[in-house]
Parts: sequence; C-alpha cells; structure tokens
Amino acid sequence: MIGTGGRRTAPGTVLPAVGEGISVHRVMGTETEYGIIAPALPSANPTLLSSQVVNAYAATLREGLGNLAGTRWDYTDETPLTDARGFRMDRAGAHPSQLTDEPPELSAEQIALERGEPTEAAVLMNLVLNNGARLYVDHAHPEYSSPEVTSPLDAVLWDRAGDHVAVTAMQRIGAVPGFSPVILYKNNTDNKSVSYGSHENYLVPRSVPFSKLAEALIPFFASRQVICGAGRVGLGPLNQEPGFQISQRADFFENEIGLETTVRRPIINTRDEPHAVAEKYRRLHVIIGDANLNEVSNYLKVGTTALVLSLIEQGVAPVPVLEDPVGALHAISHDPSLRTTVRLTDGRSVTGLDLQDLYCEAVLDALPADADEQTRDVVDRWQALLATLRRDPMDAARQVDWIAKLKVLEAYRARDGLAWTDPRLALIDLQYADLRPEKGIYQRLARRGDVDLLVPPAEVAWAAVHPPRDTRAYFRGRCIAEYPAEVVGASWDSLIFELAGERRLQRVQTREPLRGTAALTAELFDLAADAEDFLARLLSGPDRRVAP
Amino acid sequence: MATQDRRNTSGSATEAEEEIPDPAPAAPEAQESSQTQGVDDLLDEIDGVLESNAEEFVRGFVQKGGQ
Repeated sequence: MIGTGGRRTAPGTVLPAVGEGISVHRVMGTETEYGIIAPALPSANPTLLSSQVVNAYAATLREGLGNLAGTRWDYTDETPLTDARGFRMDRAGAHPSQLTDEPPELSAEQIALERGEPTEAAVLMNLVLNNGARLYVDHAHPEYSSPEVTSPLDAVLWDRAGDHVAVTAMQRIGAVPGFSPVILYKNNTDNKSVSYGSHENYLVPRSVPFSKLAEALIPFFASRQVICGAGRVGLGPLNQEPGFQISQRADFFENEIGLETTVRRPIINTRDEPHAVAEKYRRLHVIIGDANLNEVSNYLKVGTTALVLSLIEQGVAPVPVLEDPVGALHAISHDPSLRTTVRLTDGRSVTGLDLQDLYCEAVLDALPADADEQTRDVVDRWQALLATLRRDPMDAARQVDWIAKLKVLEAYRARDGLAWTDPRLALIDLQYADLRPEKGIYQRLARRGDVDLLVPPAEVAWAAVHPPRDTRAYFRGRCIAEYPAEVVGASWDSLIFELAGERRLQRVQTREPLRGTAALTAELFDLAADAEDFLARLLSGPDRRVAP
Repeated sequence: MATQDRRNTSGSATEAEEEIPDPAPAAPEAQESSQTQGVDDLLDEIDGVLESNAEEFVRGFVQKGGQ
C-alpha cells in the first residue's frame, strides 16, 4: 500500500552527486509555465498579463515578504542553439521562440497599457527570488524555474513553492484596485492547438554519450505518463476528437530527438546549455512531462527519471527499441485502460505498464542493499503503483493526477449522462488545474483529503522564500536576501554585484552546482560586514576555498 | 450558478455504484452507500465552484504558444 508522508534526507548526509550508483539523488530542478487568463479582459496581451504576475510578486517582496534584487538576468552563458549531438543551430534558421538568450521586451505601447502600475518601478520581466528560483516572463506565460535541488522530495517542495509564488501574485493582482483579476493554471494546453511546457532538468556527467541517454530514455518517456500524466479531455493537438487521454502533452510531440521546444517537439530535447562547467556536465533538459499538481505524481516523475539516469550511467539500463516511439507515446496516452500495446523492433508487443515494469525491475536488480531511504521510498512507491495500475487504474486516484481527474469526469458522466463533447467536462479538465484555492478542483480534492500529500503547506510557504541548503541555489538566494542593493544581475551560474563607489561590476561565477552550499558558505555570509567585505573575503581572502 | 440547473443527484446512485471496486464481502451495503455518498458530496462541492457558463469559459481560455 502506498502511504502518505515523505521522508527527508537527514541534514548533513553526504549525497552522491552525479553518476554514483543507483540512486534518486542528483542535481535537478523543474520549470513551470503557467496558463494565464484575465476573464474580464478576453483580448488582453498575454505577455502583459504575465508581466503583471512578475510585478505583483515583486510588489509583495517590496512589502516585506522578501528582498527584491537581481532583476536583470545575466544572459552571458545561455546557449539555446547548441545541440548535444555536437553542432550548433544557425541563428537565422531558428524559430524566434528558440532565442531564449535574448531578453524579452515590452513595447512602449504595451507598457502604456499598464494602467495603475505602481510608479516607483519599471515593468519587470524577470526576478531572481530569495529561494534561488527565477520568476519571469517566458514568451506569453509566467514561468517559475525552481532552484537546483538534490532529491525528488526537494524537487516537489520547491516546485510547490512556485505554485505558492504564483498564487501569491494572483491574489495580489486581484487585490489591487483597477487591475482585472488574473487566473493561473498549472496545465499544459489550452485544448485548442497550443501547448506550453513544464520541464525537468537533471545534471548528468558529460562522459555519458548522449546517444546512450536518448536510446534508453525514449521508451521510458513514451511510457512514463502512465504513472504521472495529468490527464486531458480531447484527443489530437487540435482537440479534433472527443475522449479522454492520459497526458496533456503527448499529442504535441512529433519527433524523437531534436533541438526545438516550441515547434516540432521532440521526445528527447538536445539543447546543450549546461549552466555549469561544460567539460564535466550536461543538463538533460526534459520537455515531455506534464505539469503535476499531485505531489506523488511529481515525486515519481522526477524520482523514477533520476533512477533511470543512474541505470544509464551504470551501463545497466534496458533498451527496448520501439518501432514507432512517437506513435507509441500517442497510443499509450489515448488508452486510460492501460491495455494498448505498442510494438518493439524485436517483434514483441508491450503495454506502457510492461515498459515501466522493465525499468523498475532493472532498478530493483541493480539497487544496492544499503540504498538510502529516499531512493528506497521512490522504488517502493513505483513498484506498488505499477501493481495497482495493473489491478485497476482507478485505485490510484490518490497518487496520480490523470486518474483523479478521470474519476471526477466519470462521476459527472454517470450522474448527468454527459458525452465527452459536453463543455462541462472540458471545464472540469481546465478547472482541475486552476490554482485558486477555492476554485481549483485539485485544490478541493487536496483539502477534502482525497489525495496523498508529501510536503506540508507550511513547509511550501517556507520554501518560497528560502533556498535549498545543498546546492549553489543557497549562494544565489542568500546573496539576494543579504545584498539586495548590490546584486544587480543573476543567472544560474553567476551573480553580478555593483558596489557603491565602484565603476566596475563584479561577476561571481557559480559554475559548480554542488558548491555555494550552506556547508561551504553560510559562515562567510554570517561573518561578512557588508557586500564589499563579503566579496573581498570570497574572492581574495583566506575564505577563497569556499568560493563557488 | 448555471451548472446547478442540471443537477440530478436523485438519479445518480445506481450509476455511481459502478465506481466501486470489489466491495468488502462483510458489509457491502454499508460500504457502497458510504462511497456513493462520498462521490455525491464531491460532485456537490464541485458543482458549487465550477465556472458558471462552461461553454463560454472554455472557449475563452486561449493561450499563446509556449515551450
């Protein structure tokens, strides 16, 4: 039986970072692009609405929820067109949305539209938060990119912290006279033709060939949706057929491997932008996942993926070769009974559950007897969930988003005799992801005690303003908290300081994700009298050994 | 709420019972009625929060492309 309540890694435990045995621990993080509307302003510019979210959160920081700093993103190390297969895409040939290394801009006209904006501030498009996360306007959506963490449970915690930030901003907009209320959704499609992402990032050693990652991950990702899909009413990218499917994202994927994230989406994204020492690390950028509200779904999504990465690094990952990976992804998503089979090149036909079992069994075979508690917890939950899904998928509604959603939809269909084309079912699908505590259907299920939770709400609120202690996010978040006046820019792998009376900006690089931790730098922060003293100690003093 | 005019809780009991997986043999009736009650409660609660004009609301949820 799958129980509730997660187990935290004991503080001070030395964690295997990357490529050390079969484990769920590695440097990872999540990104959420939220769906956004202002119901009273149907033609509102989505970029403008998204900037309202960023600015509303900034306003709550100014009012004392935290410090406002680092509003300029440092784009120096962004390389969105570098392909992990060993080449670079021509800038002229790229889709404009792939040029994520250019700051987004609002036109003067758009800014003029912004009635009632507090006059003391320019329109902000980017914030680096006290918890080490980034909150910014990504194309037409507000996006929260979590700080780097080292375990699935922390990934869930700081992902939920992003939802907390989003809700805080949404409520703030609703409370400002003259502003039209905005609703944020943690979903991945408008069910008309458009999809937006919730990405995962995993640090992997550069020494593992990209082709080894791709061949083992393609069948894993084609089937992972059965344990963590978010569910969708409607089939096809244009919602052209009525019905229910397991995944929000599946129908928007057309390729096996590629660099794009917004067009011709691939199961394996090859963007090679490590945000770390490039000679040592890759950042595997996973774009195929659904945004999860259910904490167990989210936990298993990142936990099982981390386990499969460790199988690949140890050279013991199964490689079931799908005849048609994209077709398999769609077919598995379109069958909530989980009985559909897909063909392997060796002639076998397997279900999505069979594929997941293959990976889960490989983990069980390779799992050391002294595996740590959280690794064992992820494996136990994965194994138990697969068994439940085989018996009756509906029994896993407490752990899996798509099943909880389907259960509500089926209850409505039974009670009111609704066809899949009924707009009320489409509304339930949408409103499942509504982040408003009183309106969101997932939120109501959670409050009723109908879903399993892993992180207490008080801890989520804490994580919205505190960084993880065991990655460079600690250094980033603490710099922003301690020196809001001097930190003028930031990125994943740098902080830019501007000291009073000095012309030159100081750029501190943080290219080692497992440095800049509390263990290495907390004392330095405590000792330093001010930003100048801090930089002097960090960069030239006897404390050089703790520098990120 | 526009959604409430289509509520039909009285006719729902039999259909909702189909949701029940393997009722415990000891007290099947008690379990069925408590589970049915749970589903009815849940739908009542959701009825109360669903946006009022489903078709219009869903049509109005238009997003621009993302990653």
